[in-house]
Amino acid sequence: MSRLTQPHPYPGKLFVVEGIDGSGKSTQLDLLHRWLVAEGYNVFFTEWNSSPLVKQTNKKGKKKNLLTPTTFSILHATDFADRLANMIVPPLQAGMIVLADRYVYTAFARDVVRGVHPNWVRNLYSFAVRPDIAFYFKVPIDVSIKRVTIGRAGLKFYEAGMDLGLSDDPVTSFRLFQSQVIEEYERLTEEFGLTVIDGSGPINEQQERLRDVVCNALTDYASHHPPMTIPELHRDAAAEITSSVTS
Amino acid sequence: MRDEIFYGDGLPYVDTTDLDGKLIVIEGTDGVGRSTQIEGTNESGKSTPIEGLKRWLEVQGYGVVSTGWTRSPLLGPAIDAIKEGNTLNQITYSILYAADFADRLENVIIPALKGGFIVLADRYMYTAFARHVVRGVDPHWLRRVYGFAPLPDLVIYLKIGLEDLIQRTFTSGRSMKYWESGMDIGYRGGLYESFVEYQTLVLEEFDKMTEEFGFTVLDASPKIEHVNQKLKDVIGEFLTTTN
Repeated sequence: MSRLTQPHPYPGKLFVVEGIDGSGKSTQLDLLHRWLVAEGYNVFFTEWNSSPLVKQTNKKGKKKNLLTPTTFSILHATDFADRLANMIVPPLQAGMIVLADRYVYTAFARDVVRGVHPNWVRNLYSFAVRPDIAFYFKVPIDVSIKRVTIGRAGLKFYEAGMDLGLSDDPVTSFRLFQSQVIEEYERLTEEFGLTVIDGSGPINEQQERLRDVVCNALTDYASHHPPMTIPELHRDAAAEITSSVTS
Repeated sequence: MRDEIFYGDGLPYVDTTDLDGKLIVIEGTDGVGRSTQIEGTNESGKSTPIEGLKRWLEVQGYGVVSTGWTRSPLLGPAIDAIKEGNTLNQITYSILYAADFADRLENVIIPALKGGFIVLADRYMYTAFARHVVRGVDPHWLRRVYGFAPLPDLVIYLKIGLEDLIQRTFTSGRSMKYWESGMDIGYRGGLYESFVEYQTLVLEEFDKMTEEFGFTVLDASPKIEHVNQKLKDVIGEFLTTTN
């Protein structure tokens, strides 16, 4: 009964990218976004954990390090449910292309490593829409570590899995935590049919492959006149409400 | 120790071998008098003619922790914000409550059970099942979401009929509140009509759950002193048979 196992009914297209931190997925999604816009498509972008609803709560909890794995997991699900209802489904109904930086697979990988039950977290997200394509950027852990340590100000607490107490050293903790996340992604690739991209190759070659796959998925999709869903208006009900207000 | 610790998939990372306390849940719809029975005080903190269950157990030498529904410091503000805005879809709304419960469960309820306390829970997952299912959420999905909840040792359902509930709501000086009347789901008519329609559905859900979860049903329509004595009888008997 999970919606994640059957194609969505909307006229739009949903493409998502997944992978550990430093896998290059955001860079690739950004390039794909630019290309789609240049091609004349209407594109909507959304990213993991960005709903204004729970942003403050997440920040607060993370700062105080008082989130237990289950609370952490459900909070992200709340964020996702809010974005799905407000930022993902409506553009899909309007026939747009929706790009998501991380999707439910992030929760399936990370939260299970943090200790929640795999079946439980899959049920939790079973209201989600199945993406048309889900790309998984696969990189060796060393490549990812190199990228996140040279390119950024420092490893973030949760990104490095410091809450799990694997090591006091952020880099060591990152290696241990993200290696387990990679193992979960391997499982998910088979379970949900993720499209694997070699994230260690040259940026332009990865992008070429991405565009090929997306192009294929867009063969039945008309960019300039997207097939929107226009709900039928319930004119009788509307008239009734109007008359009761005016009478 | 009971055979099944968790309602569903559970918390794989929690050691459950030392949950030595007892989890006692008092369930019932809005305004039935749960908090008064547990704390011995009314909503505005004034004392009542009854001795609350918490105090009563403490006098007998038990360590007691009482806990409510949606009172965790982490999510309280977020839930309040939604109550003001209320443009949330029902799935998000139901998960947010589950997050709040998880926070309280892992920070309050489980540590207290490990410490050998009696936990008196004013509402539990059953309240969520009633409220969200009435609002259109899939009951099977929601039950699995709460699969991390430990099964209570005893659930006492304070059962009340609609007419008595309406009378109690007004005689206790409360009023029919927006959420307790289901006004958010857009029933036509005024507050009173909404309250009747909404609470009827909520009471039906509780009735359905009585068998599903084996609630101990207690008639909440008599005077609170009478209900209080009945509660003490049930809990007293439970404690003597399990210890």
